[in-house]
Amino acid sequence: MKKLLFLIPVALTGFVNNVYAQLPSIGGGQIHGNFQFDAAYYNPDSLINAPAVPEKALSNGFGNIIYTNGKFMAGVRYEHYLNVMQGFPADYKGTGIPYRFATYNNDKLEITVGSSYDQFGSGLVYRSYEERGLGYDNALDGMRIRWNARPGLYIKGIWGKQRRFFTTSPGIVRGIDGEINLNEFFGHKMDSCKAQYIIGASFVSKYQQDQNPFLKLPQNVGCWGYRANIITARFNIFGEYAYKINDPALGNNYIYKPGTAALLQVTYAQKGLGISAAIKQIDNFGYRSDRDAAGVACIINYLPALTKQHTYQLAAFYPYATQPNGETGWQTEVGYKFKKGTKLGGKYGTSINLNYSAAYGLDTTQLHDEATGRLGYTTNNFALGKQYFQDVTLEIFKKFGPKFKGTFLYSFNTYNKNVIEGKIGYPLLQSHIVVFDLIFHLNDKLTFRTDLEHLYTKDDYGSWALALGELTIGENWFVSALDQYNYGNDIADHRIHYVNGQVGYYWGTNRIQVGYGKQRAGIFCVGGVCRFVPASNGFSMTITSSF
Amino acid sequence: MRKNLFSAVTLGAAFFLFTAFTLVQDSPAQKLASVDVKGLDGKIINTSTFSNNGKPIVVSFWATWCAPCKKELNEIAEVYDVWQKETGVKVIAVSIDDSRNSPKVKPYVEQQEWTYEVYLDENQDFKRAMNVNNVPHTFVLNANNEVTWQTNVYNPNGGVEAIYTAVKAAAASTSAPAPQEK
Repeated sequence: MKKLLFLIPVALTGFVNNVYAQLPSIGGGQIHGNFQFDAAYYNPDSLINAPAVPEKALSNGFGNIIYTNGKFMAGVRYEHYLNVMQGFPADYKGTGIPYRFATYNNDKLEITVGSSYDQFGSGLVYRSYEERGLGYDNALDGMRIRWNARPGLYIKGIWGKQRRFFTTSPGIVRGIDGEINLNEFFGHKMDSCKAQYIIGASFVSKYQQDQNPFLKLPQNVGCWGYRANIITARFNIFGEYAYKINDPALGNNYIYKPGTAALLQVTYAQKGLGISAAIKQIDNFGYRSDRDAAGVACIINYLPALTKQHTYQLAAFYPYATQPNGETGWQTEVGYKFKKGTKLGGKYGTSINLNYSAAYGLDTTQLHDEATGRLGYTTNNFALGKQYFQDVTLEIFKKFGPKFKGTFLYSFNTYNKNVIEGKIGYPLLQSHIVVFDLIFHLNDKLTFRTDLEHLYTKDDYGSWALALGELTIGENWFVSALDQYNYGNDIADHRIHYVNGQVGYYWGTNRIQVGYGKQRAGIFCVGGVCRFVPASNGFSMTITSSF
Repeated sequence: MRKNLFSAVTLGAAFFLFTAFTLVQDSPAQKLASVDVKGLDGKIINTSTFSNNGKPIVVSFWATWCAPCKKELNEIAEVYDVWQKETGVKVIAVSIDDSRNSPKVKPYVEQQEWTYEVYLDENQDFKRAMNVNNVPHTFVLNANNEVTWQTNVYNPNGGVEAIYTAVKAAAASTSAPAPQEK
């Protein structure tokens, strides 16, 4: 009799699948996903300060699965940290499904329950996003509503708690954003306008209980922003201003000063030429849903660095990270392509990019009012404080023949290590970086790329030289070897070769990559968010797949 | 008693999942996800409106900081007019640059004189919905906006030629549902 128990699920299956097959919309659904598995085996190495890892091998992994059926989408993400790899936030522990959502788009009204990512304007007031390579994920767990109320009118609302590793932050975040594309909204009345006009405004409020025994902290902190964007065929002008009421938090030493942020971006583009310029100032604009959090946890907004995002290793040696407590920064970049056939263009054309970016602290006057008003300081918005960062970069790309092309880069970098890395006693570091990136198509099945770099500096660890060779074989294989040599180190024992080799095999949308060797300590940045990765010595492996 | 119940439930559950999964497997080829992206002119459009009048489409995810992505799209640019003449294909380049770098997309596109349709996916909604993990990731779509081929690496040894082979195959296929992928 008991053996017949198994018939129950079978009968249930038959019943459910029969119903399932009769609902035409459900039968048309699709499931897709992507996975990544990372693991590393660490050898302790006191010479390079690679710490001993008690587990010997560490691993991170995740898998996304999404089900789509017409206007309905649902998905989950599983993550594991057993234990979390070096350089990722240590609060990632264990396994779980920290991300799950369902979305339905019902005639211009889209509702998402569960986890969501979204951005208001440029993100100064609200941005929830993920950057898996950094371990950054502040997805909102709650509800998100997007309503295309009229042509050109887009309204978004959010209400929830931010993800904090495998749980949620103590604060509640609520917000609303409206954006109007005036041309679409007014329709034919604006047909004669050559430009697009877009305006927007957002308001976000966070609630967190005040449990501080010494200070009376505001439990509801509101932040709002206004933005405007004018776009013509060649110009694009974007400005956003944001204001946050008093938000005493760990990040600003619990002061009651309000915060402000302003951003202005202008670009010009025509055939063969692109120019962009941006300036921003932020003052006391860290905004978290847990006022006592640090690192990458519970950040509500996004304050991008206005610096050039370098991809070459030595050029990215001293990267800038936005200082939410206050900075003034600007960037300008010009890109030009000399046409083929001209003297400077050569047979295939030559591309040249010139970039200048800088960041300074604010010009502030301390009030020394810790025992009274706790406003902290006042700011002179039109003056500059200490220099934080400067980067002047010239990049030239040229194809020399059907089988040979290359990029040359020169960068002059100024870096305030005390401010950017929170250290003490360092002078303003200055370095000159030169890069040659050459690609040779040896034949139909073999391509060789070599990346030769040099960083010259009198300060910090001294000068570095880097040589990378990467061979791509056929359609599926690549092999690379890299040596970063700190030949200029003051201490003879620390003039180390960081040698590392990688082999990769890929087919379809699958990839397996295995590496071995030494990795120097460094700062790894994506967007304005950086993480410090300690030195390591050992094996590493990455497997990715998307289906 | 408990052991039998457990096995019964497990077996039943496995049977259920197998049949449910089979039912879902019978569905047509992967369709392009429906997500809002922004054009370089500031207008918000939904990816379900991507169309090429029955001819193939290449959707390529890239970023201004991704050197292999730029190499791939610049290599396609050199042969794009030939591709268009032979198959009528349209290349749609979707930039996943966030608001730090998205203002630089149009200047770069104009500097390189690309004639592709370019869209901004600033908070990576479209990237997530298409299960793109790293860039470059390039999809080839047929006349019904169904994915017939994809790759997520830039291969300098004929990678661009491989994309074109898939484009020609998509152009040649009829509007009947494509066979299950893989």
